[in-house]
Amino acid sequence: MTIKKLVLIAATALLTVSPALAADDTLTIGFTVSRTGKLNNDSTAQMRGFELWRDELNDRGGIKVGGRQYKVNFVSYDDESVNARVQQLYTRIINQDKAQFLFSPYSSGLVATAAIVSEQYGRIMLTTGAAEEKTYKLGNKNLFQVYSSADLYLAGAIAAVKELNPKSQVALVYKDDPFSKAVLQSARKQAGEAGLRTVLDEAYSPETTDFGPVINKIISAKADVLLGGGHYPDGATLARQIYDHKAGLKWVTLLVAPDSPNFATLGDAAVGVTVPSQWEPQVSFKPDFGPTAADFAQRFHAKYGIEPGYHAAGGYTAGLILQRAIEQAGSPEQAKVAAVLNSMDVTTMFGRTKFSTDPKEHGLQTGHEMVIAQWQKKGGALFKEVIWPKTAKTSDIIY
Amino acid sequence: MSVQQSSDALTQVVATRNQERHGLIVNIFRQPFTWLIAFAGVVFAVLPVWGDNVQLRESLLLAAVYVTLASNLNIILGYAGYVNFGNIVFFGLGGYVCIYLVSEWQWPLAAAALIAGVSVSLLALLFGLGILRLRGAFFALATIGVNEAIKAFVSNFEPWGGAAGIYLSLDVYEPLGGPGQALWIVYFLIVAAMTVSLFLSYAIKSSKFGLGLLAIGENEDAAAVLGINTPRYKALAYSISAFLPAIVGGLYFFKTGIIEPGGAFDLTRSIEAIVMVMLGGIGSVTGAAVGAFLYEELRGVLLTTEAFSHFQLVIAGLLLLGIVLFAPGGLMGFVYRRWPRTRRLLQ
Amino acid sequence: MIGIIASIIDGLLVGAVYGLAAMGLTLIWGVMNVINLTHGAMIVLGMFALYFLASALGLPPYGAVPVTIAVGFVFGVLVYWIAVHRVIGRAHLMSLLSTFAMNMVLVGLGTALFSTSPYNVPVPLPGVTWEGYTFTGTHIMAAILALVIAGLLYLLLYKTRIGKAIRAVADNRDAAELNGIPTTQVLSFAFGLGAALACVSGTLIATLFPFTVLSGGAYELKSFVVTVLGGLGNPAGALLGGVALGLVEGITTPFMPVSWIPIIEFILFIAALLLFPRGILAFSRA
Repeated sequence: MTIKKLVLIAATALLTVSPALAADDTLTIGFTVSRTGKLNNDSTAQMRGFELWRDELNDRGGIKVGGRQYKVNFVSYDDESVNARVQQLYTRIINQDKAQFLFSPYSSGLVATAAIVSEQYGRIMLTTGAAEEKTYKLGNKNLFQVYSSADLYLAGAIAAVKELNPKSQVALVYKDDPFSKAVLQSARKQAGEAGLRTVLDEAYSPETTDFGPVINKIISAKADVLLGGGHYPDGATLARQIYDHKAGLKWVTLLVAPDSPNFATLGDAAVGVTVPSQWEPQVSFKPDFGPTAADFAQRFHAKYGIEPGYHAAGGYTAGLILQRAIEQAGSPEQAKVAAVLNSMDVTTMFGRTKFSTDPKEHGLQTGHEMVIAQWQKKGGALFKEVIWPKTAKTSDIIY
Repeated sequence: MSVQQSSDALTQVVATRNQERHGLIVNIFRQPFTWLIAFAGVVFAVLPVWGDNVQLRESLLLAAVYVTLASNLNIILGYAGYVNFGNIVFFGLGGYVCIYLVSEWQWPLAAAALIAGVSVSLLALLFGLGILRLRGAFFALATIGVNEAIKAFVSNFEPWGGAAGIYLSLDVYEPLGGPGQALWIVYFLIVAAMTVSLFLSYAIKSSKFGLGLLAIGENEDAAAVLGINTPRYKALAYSISAFLPAIVGGLYFFKTGIIEPGGAFDLTRSIEAIVMVMLGGIGSVTGAAVGAFLYEELRGVLLTTEAFSHFQLVIAGLLLLGIVLFAPGGLMGFVYRRWPRTRRLLQ
Repeated sequence: MIGIIASIIDGLLVGAVYGLAAMGLTLIWGVMNVINLTHGAMIVLGMFALYFLASALGLPPYGAVPVTIAVGFVFGVLVYWIAVHRVIGRAHLMSLLSTFAMNMVLVGLGTALFSTSPYNVPVPLPGVTWEGYTFTGTHIMAAILALVIAGLLYLLLYKTRIGKAIRAVADNRDAAELNGIPTTQVLSFAFGLGAALACVSGTLIATLFPFTVLSGGAYELKSFVVTVLGGLGNPAGALLGGVALGLVEGITTPFMPVSWIPIIEFILFIAALLLFPRGILAFSRA
């Protein structure tokens, strides 16, 4: 045979064989991040969790599905911590960027908005950074919540306070937004059931920067326990101003803010502040798949130079769960993946994950439990320690 | 403007009154501009359907919303010369009334939106009678005050969700045939509202009522002296300018699925409506539409291009500055001067 | 009872700063009949100036005050020549829109440079504690500085030649021109002065609370309320109006949820506009 014919045959052979050799396919996952705006701090942590998962996965070749390997590609935009942008951007992500799966933005308010869009177009969304339950009670089919829901947030703190001093006077001061309101609604009931007296119950506007008036009210009401807060900026400011005003509180639990490593910049104002946490680096769950908490914390630290808080862990876990679901479904088809997610009951470094399939509250997280962490000073430096529940604690409570 | 010019305006008013035996409506249908408006409406409706282009529909929807806001604002701002800085309050309140009726009382969308329009117009009439006694800058500031006061009130009003707002349950889309179809229906309704708005502002401009408003805009004291019932005219204009924005607000927030005080009473959006009217040419129906459309497209492009998304406000500001300093007549002002025949055709 | 008094004192302290902020607005309004809608941007400018001078350059926070006065003045003069000069005689709408457009440009640039994330300047200053309530050192210092600067403004307006020129132009521009006063330069000076006041009040506010690029809007609205309460063009009125607003906030806070306060303020605002268009003080003089 002439060389020419040989080459021709070889080329044809290659062309017919190469599709089977499967060059990398990609799976597109879309989400928005609050790169600017008030939710910037926690949203960035969550995004880093997503990215660490994606990078480690792609380094290993991608998701193995039915004989093919899919590398994961992210499409993400800045939602500026604002609802209207979330709407526009998720519509774009679905219709223009053709993302196959979605992660949620950070914070219950934004997630509720994104959920409307994802449900309108029928795409699976793994929600993380969102604890408010109402979103799941509106009749969805494609939402899957990674975090524990809001009503569990303050249960631990209330139990701890009851144990330390059943005669405590409690002030509930919280941000007027879906997440904080949901948490405090349950907390109100739980405090009542625990026999604690509530002496102040007030929501502050999300724009508040001057907590002086409210703090004066806390002092007037002679409260010794404060439960509340919201997200990072207001929580950090509230903590600082409580310290400046010497409000005389024996126990302070603020939502979200104290979990961020940046909270340590408050210095002495941070000591003793507790936070309900979805996860801490010190937990010791035995994962069915994926790294242990300690492994994750170490790899995160190696890549970003700081300790991960639970926002980052949540982001990473969302990726893990989705990956597992796609692998087990054997295909990236929405219906098959949803079926696997609906029947899932696994343990990862984050804890146990199981989604509710009751159509009235589809996607609600039912397996996961929370802990309480507290900032303590050891040898002049600030550390976060787990103080509750007693079975998981790494240090004693400062009261 | 002089007393002479006001007197001319009033003479014209008297003349039109005689002409009106046949009714304003019949006369209007003979004008080519009316058909132009209808044509624009049809184009908006048909374009995204042809190709099932959801992305186009989304961007045209926003454009239609802004055209509605701008053309209604033109009635009080362009014709009567009253700067309504807080015009977005109609949009937000209409949204809240409609969403509340749909979610708490399970009203069908069309009825809820209509009631939203009527109730907000009535409220505007009430408010208007109060603050329209103020002139110039004081009125402008008062409208800001009204917007902020209502925003603060709604933030505390628990039946309307307080600061967190109202989230629509997904089954509100069922009566319209599911979310996918509902979005299309809402789009068509908004386009219809836009077309009616343009038609309305044109009809007013051609009517005796409109002439009265224009007279007030030129020189209110002279107009009053010449017999125009200025308080009633102003209040009516303010109230009418609230009707369609309220309806469109209800439709828009229904589509969005969630309404909360910050987004509903956004002062920036209010100012943008003013920019659109100025950009297009104050007092011109075509101007309001063109200004709104161009501005919305520009904004959309700026927001999604990574390089420019942060500069959206800067560019909008420079645009407005340029217009105010160098071309206060806006786009249509330029067009009318250059091609004087368009003045009659493209009102 | 003590709680109420503490609340009132707090309100008065913050009110002095509100008053300072409003003084800039009312001065410009009184002198050239222009409502300066870049007021909010000037306040934010002062806030960020403090941030950079204190955090980046390590200046003591209160040392930044004279610097921000100068910076504000320069910016004010710039804004005057760009946006205000050409529209001074024309309809109110034009100056409203041109200053608003300038505001959009400035805030837009700020957002592009600093994003809308919150910034904070921690100022460690011991406070005064009384009966369990603490008045933070920063609040007290801010109020004192506000009063000092207000006093300096008074001296400028009534004891210097330029101050006399400003008052003359405010009274009757044409007559002042005829008397040989270079009115355009006086106007630009006055505008710069108004902006400087806004700027320094922003600096003082930044010592009290965290801020973002968008914070100016809220304080601008408060300045409007104060200006209307105190009477347009009346700087002393503005200071009193600010303190009055602070007082209202202080009295009402203990009795109702904090989130109701803005409603009260805006109802007061609209009522003042309708009933006392020349300010509550002017009313009593008339």
